[in-house]
Amino acid sequence: MSTVEELQKKVRELEAKLAAVQGNVAPVRQKIDVMSAEVVDSNPYSRLMALKRMGIVDNYEKIRELSVAVVGVGGVGSVTAEMLTRCGIGKLILFDYDKVELANMNRLFFQPHQAGLSKVDAAAATLQAINPDVTIDAHNYNITTVDNFQKFCDTISTGSLTGGPVNLVLSCVDNFEARMAINTACNELSQNWFESGVSENAVSGHIQFIAPGETACFACAPPLVVASNIDEKTLKRDGVCAASLPTTMGIVAGFLVQNALKYLLGFGTVTYYLGYSALTDFFPTMCLKPNPQCSDSQCVVRQKEARARPPPVELAAEVCEDARPLHADNSWGICLIDENAPEEEDSSNLRLAEGVQVAYSVALDSSTESSTGGAVAASELSLEDLMAQMKAM
Amino acid sequence: MVDESTKKTLSSIPLLQTKAGPRDKELWVNRLKEEYQALIKYVQNNKAADNDWFRLESDKTGTRWFGKCWYVHNLLKYEFDLEFDIPVTYPTTAPEIALPGLDGKTAKMYRGGKICLTDHFKPLWARNVPKFGIAHAMALGLGPWLAVEIPDLIEKGVITYQEKTEEAK
Repeated sequence: MSTVEELQKKVRELEAKLAAVQGNVAPVRQKIDVMSAEVVDSNPYSRLMALKRMGIVDNYEKIRELSVAVVGVGGVGSVTAEMLTRCGIGKLILFDYDKVELANMNRLFFQPHQAGLSKVDAAAATLQAINPDVTIDAHNYNITTVDNFQKFCDTISTGSLTGGPVNLVLSCVDNFEARMAINTACNELSQNWFESGVSENAVSGHIQFIAPGETACFACAPPLVVASNIDEKTLKRDGVCAASLPTTMGIVAGFLVQNALKYLLGFGTVTYYLGYSALTDFFPTMCLKPNPQCSDSQCVVRQKEARARPPPVELAAEVCEDARPLHADNSWGICLIDENAPEEEDSSNLRLAEGVQVAYSVALDSSTESSTGGAVAASELSLEDLMAQMKAM
Repeated sequence: MVDESTKKTLSSIPLLQTKAGPRDKELWVNRLKEEYQALIKYVQNNKAADNDWFRLESDKTGTRWFGKCWYVHNLLKYEFDLEFDIPVTYPTTAPEIALPGLDGKTAKMYRGGKICLTDHFKPLWARNVPKFGIAHAMALGLGPWLAVEIPDLIEKGVITYQEKTEEAK
């Protein structure tokens, strides 16, 4: 027999599920048509609109017209979505194919009663209750498969409040494959986006702004990692794939949304790359020039377009000044984004800020340690024959 | 790094030439033919070395793969269903091989039973785009994973021997 407590818990879970299914999670407030700057207890936007009076943001209410896609609604993405919701973003488009699990409870946002629900549906319900003014569009699928990828691209390019491309894509995924899929889509669509990530040992993270053709894309270099100053050999991986901390994820989500807001509302300076090492409280920043030999052909096309465009965006000019000291003693090759300047150094080299390194090096030379086997010869057999031959083995 | 026997196995799998993913229409068909040739050669090698350990097949589009792999421990054969999708970013990113039957039974897995690969796999794959294919992912990813994880899971009693796998022998 179940105890009363267990039964009560079950009732709560079922009620939550029922509410989610019926879509009758009653908003605690009515929708608000126009953001008011009036300072009264009942105005959810008064402290945000105060940014205007303080001279930080010129046009805060513009946020109501903007659309942002959040890809991955896990430890970073869910917090990112909540921050944008509380800021009154016009439309949020969420992508994830995972379910909420109790193992996620060391992170923020999701609650135990949501275990078993899809992350996007659970998040949409919570976010809608927090702010009914936000239009929320939830997509529950894996973007890396062929069919879904097309749906993903279509949603990014037509998902805004006005039926056009979204204003910004925020990558909050936890794996290389999904990051590459977002990179491929954004290069094809000329869509600006932020990449974000937290290391598998939970003690470092980063955000990176990617404007296709103007800054390095995710495929321009091997993945960047913030040095953790942990000897890899002493790093115990036995029995686990990944660790996570709500702190690191919350910090990275905060950096991500802060820079997203600066980009969307045009205040302050958008950081191109911001790293975070939790063990030493170290925050490297830099900006990265695209790799002319990037393996993504669409990135190379975007680079050509960027070079053909008249003088660079002012965003880049500002950042370059800030970034200059970082490059002073750096022999690698990062870049200031100035499309007018002639190529000065070998641009296939990356100039990374101190404390940031590539996860691994990729030799341009084709001979590698384990590739000594002969190449596949062009086959006379048809694909069907080969499939049949394999099946008959 | 990769051990000697894995290195030897890898070196006898033919390399692929066509850099094409599932969105590349005709080029993808060429790539698929290369994938099948490499896989057929790899299985032949395995049989010749008395180390036959998997079967794979794909749907018509070559984007969805499924099959079986097995591992012999103390003369008993343990068999597992195996599946993966070819991502749109293939072959820049490797396929994420999954053993759905073991999902939730080991921490060395991501959601859906995708195996957790070693730190060596991704750099090695990245250095060998587009020459490495599915056969290489099997040899370098799933093979070593089974060799480490299955004896451990058997010892812990998480997986037990099932009679019916005898018939498959």
